[in-house]
Amino acid sequence: MSRDPLRVIQTSVTQSPVIKTDQPPSEPAKQKGRFRPALLLHEDHDLCPGCGEPIAIRLMLEVIEELGQAQNSIGVIGIGCYTAFTSSMDVDLVQALHGRAPSVATGAKRMRPDSLIFTLQGDGDMVNEGLQEVIHTAARGESVTCILLNNGVFGETGGHMTATTVLGQRTKNSIEGRDADYHGYPILIGDLLAQLGGTVYAARGSVHDAAGVVKTKNMLRRAFESQLEGGGFSFVEILTMCPTGWFVPTAEGPGYLDNVLGAVHATGELKNHERLVTTAQLLAETRPSGP
Amino acid sequence: MRTVESRGTITVAVDRCKGCELCIPACPPQVLRMSTDRNELGVPYPELLPGCTGCGACLLVCPDFCFEIYQYETPVEYEVNV
Repeated sequence: MSRDPLRVIQTSVTQSPVIKTDQPPSEPAKQKGRFRPALLLHEDHDLCPGCGEPIAIRLMLEVIEELGQAQNSIGVIGIGCYTAFTSSMDVDLVQALHGRAPSVATGAKRMRPDSLIFTLQGDGDMVNEGLQEVIHTAARGESVTCILLNNGVFGETGGHMTATTVLGQRTKNSIEGRDADYHGYPILIGDLLAQLGGTVYAARGSVHDAAGVVKTKNMLRRAFESQLEGGGFSFVEILTMCPTGWFVPTAEGPGYLDNVLGAVHATGELKNHERLVTTAQLLAETRPSGP
Repeated sequence: MRTVESRGTITVAVDRCKGCELCIPACPPQVLRMSTDRNELGVPYPELLPGCTGCGACLLVCPDFCFEIYQYETPVEYEVNV
């Protein structure tokens, strides 16, 4: 008797439709995803509910593993909430002072040119405290990859405004919303770095939904690959949720990211070798009717 | 009664869940809902209803590494009260 591929192997009649999920299924099944990436030693962390940074760190570690660079990577870590992951990431790491990660990465790359060197920084670390470091590293065309986790607030120190906070965004010290007349305008760091001659790859992704997560992972892969090809500086900005710093419920974090931060820091590739695209062009493509 | 097919399933690390609810709207077939019970952290956690496709969207958006994904070799059907 031939077997029907859609054969019913279990029929459950229950008053409660909830399926048990406390252990793997007893029926034949293929595991498609594990709790944590192979390069994360354990799952526990103390970051707030709804934070986007662990999602971005998962992607980064998965790409390093998939490129076979686990034993060949050196990460230079900035200072922010994500720094908590230095005790659980299973790659070689250097802790830099505030904003100085790109310069430390430059030294590491020049001493170990065959290693995959990356920085992990927040917007406060990269765009406020160490803006000149990342600009000069890109201008010199250092073959390192700088990863920016951009949530528009100094999350670790209490949720204050950063240089990437968008106009109208509420933070601890812009409680009525960022005001251009009083606070100035946000820095679009992706555009700033993409236009420099030493930059070969620059992109801005987001982790507010599953599609954004997949696209962001591809951006990280292209950035690391361009470094391994030795072309020059590569940069990936990842918009991450910070519901605590944004004063929104955790479930509203992704929507706030897309509607408020995403309406200014548009997602997409800003530079891929010679092809240069501005954030304004990305906004016109992705949000033709405006924010 | 209604028959619902599950092509996949998940395991949930309930005690690690911080109750952020990011997985609920991320689920394409909309088969995750928050529990009425609370875990050791004192927050509701996701429960799975029949109809999972094993796509892994919940795993992609979870900040707390609470999901594992399985795809059945042969789909499983559930009879549920509508």
